[in-house]
Amino acid sequence: MAIADMQENNKWGFVNSLILHTRPVLVPAKALRFTHTFGLGGMSLVLFLMLISTGLLMIFVYEPSPERAYESILFMQQEMLFGRLIRGVHYWSANLLIAVAVLHMLRVFLTGAFHAPRRANWIIGLGLLFLIMVSGFTGYLLAWDQISYWAITICTEMLGYMPGIGQTLQRVILGGAEIGPATVINFYALHTIVVPLLLVALMTWHFWRVRLAGGVVVPRDTEENAQAGTDYVPYIPNLLLREIAVGLMLIAFVLVIAIFFEAPLGEPANPGLSPNPAKAPWYFVGLQELLLHFHPLFAVFIIPLVVVIAVVRVAYLRYDADLSGNWFLTPKGRRMAAVAATTALLLTPLWILLDEYAVGPVGWFSSTAPVISNGLLPCTALAVGVVAFYMLIRKQFNASKNETVQALFVLLVVGFTVLTVTGVWFRGAGMALVWPWQT
Amino acid sequence: MVSWCGYGIGVAMADIDKRRRSFMSRIAALLGGLAIFEAGWISATFLGPRRSRVSLEEGLGFQVAGPVERFEPGSVTAFRDGHFYLVRLDDGGFLALHRKCTHLGCTVPWIADEQRFTCPCHASAFDIRGDVLSAPAARALELFAVRIDNGIVKVDTNKLLRRASFESHQVTRV
Ligand code: HEM
Ligand code: FES
Repeated sequence: MAIADMQENNKWGFVNSLILHTRPVLVPAKALRFTHTFGLGGMSLVLFLMLISTGLLMIFVYEPSPERAYESILFMQQEMLFGRLIRGVHYWSANLLIAVAVLHMLRVFLTGAFHAPRRANWIIGLGLLFLIMVSGFTGYLLAWDQISYWAITICTEMLGYMPGIGQTLQRVILGGAEIGPATVINFYALHTIVVPLLLVALMTWHFWRVRLAGGVVVPRDTEENAQAGTDYVPYIPNLLLREIAVGLMLIAFVLVIAIFFEAPLGEPANPGLSPNPAKAPWYFVGLQELLLHFHPLFAVFIIPLVVVIAVVRVAYLRYDADLSGNWFLTPKGRRMAAVAATTALLLTPLWILLDEYAVGPVGWFSSTAPVISNGLLPCTALAVGVVAFYMLIRKQFNASKNETVQALFVLLVVGFTVLTVTGVWFRGAGMALVWPWQT
Repeated sequence: MVSWCGYGIGVAMADIDKRRRSFMSRIAALLGGLAIFEAGWISATFLGPRRSRVSLEEGLGFQVAGPVERFEPGSVTAFRDGHFYLVRLDDGGFLALHRKCTHLGCTVPWIADEQRFTCPCHASAFDIRGDVLSAPAARALELFAVRIDNGIVKVDTNKLLRRASFESHQVTRV
């Protein structure tokens, strides 16, 4: 259908001219299937908008100082109409956004949508993910209750372990040696102004790049979807209605959750009394779990650094073929991913248990320095294991590089997920291993 | 000849023009860079001193702990406002231990029965001198400087001293 045709005989004239600027005119029919993208990018945007609208209301009530912060939130919850609802929507949207953005990133990776011409958007997306984490992190402190105070203490102390710049960074972020009035102002300014502005700028760029690449990655022809052909259909109403449906359902979902599950608010922060156990926000608990198993230099610096470099590099490697478009690339890729996930699901808990009960906190050869016994040695073992996995699975399946790199990615993602789940549900008092129902 | 000459001049003019233009754009780039640097420097200078203002407001600084006799040898006294424990060792020397665990920053309570500081967060333990008794903490508890003026114990809560482990020169003696 020609553009002129569409514009002439459609009854959405006004909407059309408003939206046509930002959205494509025609979209490939094959890319419309919900399970192709699960609408995760769009969901991130909806959640962001919900955060903005509730956040904009709350800045008129919240008082950013250690003396007043907790009370102002209590006042909002107890005295103000809809106070609970607005805080609840903000709280749940924030947590959901982190989960949804991570899933979006997984979708992009597992459909191979990170190659040129989408390479720049992979990097922009990583920037977005970082900003979302910063946003969650800075927001976490503002409630000024026991949970938030100690979670932020633990996270900023983790920063302090970075060699060289760590302690300076920690001081700058805290605005002093410990969490205090300066920290609240720092976090408040970052959370309400700086990070949202950066997010808007980066998101605009992100969406523009999606259009520049001609929309989302299109599924390749396989036996299953060959009949769908390469038809293009008008954006309105095909994709537009789908986007609206997903957005409305998500809004309804968040509202229901916020009504039935109130955002938590613990005892007011007490710097003299640490709760037991003290945990980071759930999205950093995986890191905290690493810290229980490796020397800090490796847990909070070398391992994360290697992971970040790998996730950036993955878009710049030379691959055997263009396999992008379908979930897990190929049926073989799917089987390899399943093997990788199973491996991580078995080995990560085994490693945790061994380290906890057989090796202990000091490391393997306790006669050497902790950096070696609890850092270099286990990390080398880990690296050797990962490389061996890569070579073995590639040989076993006679696979392409695309599929093998994907399997490795799945291995790491599932491994980190196990660490996070362990930290959130299986760590009790003193960070000892417990069953979730015993805490 | 004339036209040739004119052509030459024309080339030279164009050349000068180009050079002039690249000179101008280099100046512009330099000025732009300078402006960014200035703005960054002003922002950093503006935001820097907030820290000291905040600690002044809190009244942190030299804190009077009390007369020497008030602290028994082998005792640990908590000073909540100053965020430290004043320790008097068996030999009569003083140490002011920061109450923050060197692992991930939890506040360590003094467990008198066991004669040790035990961290509630990941179970690190420290002895009365702040030395690590059990991991995951790797460094001894940090110190504030202690001064004794005319039999009055004073603690300088402005500066924290990081240390790997206890050494006898850290102790302030009467
Ligand atoms: C605020 C957070 C984010 C928002 C609002 C957002 C939004 C979107 C939207 C609406 C799309 C269109 C396709 C879709 O719905 O899946 C998209 C595509 C994309 N996103 Fe994001 N995104 C965010 C974060 C990320 C992150 C964390 C990454 C990865 C590191 C990423 C990488 C990409 C890439 C590479 C594409 C192109 C995918 C394709 O063409 O198939 N984005 N994003
Ligand atoms: S913070 Fe004290 S042991 Fe971790």
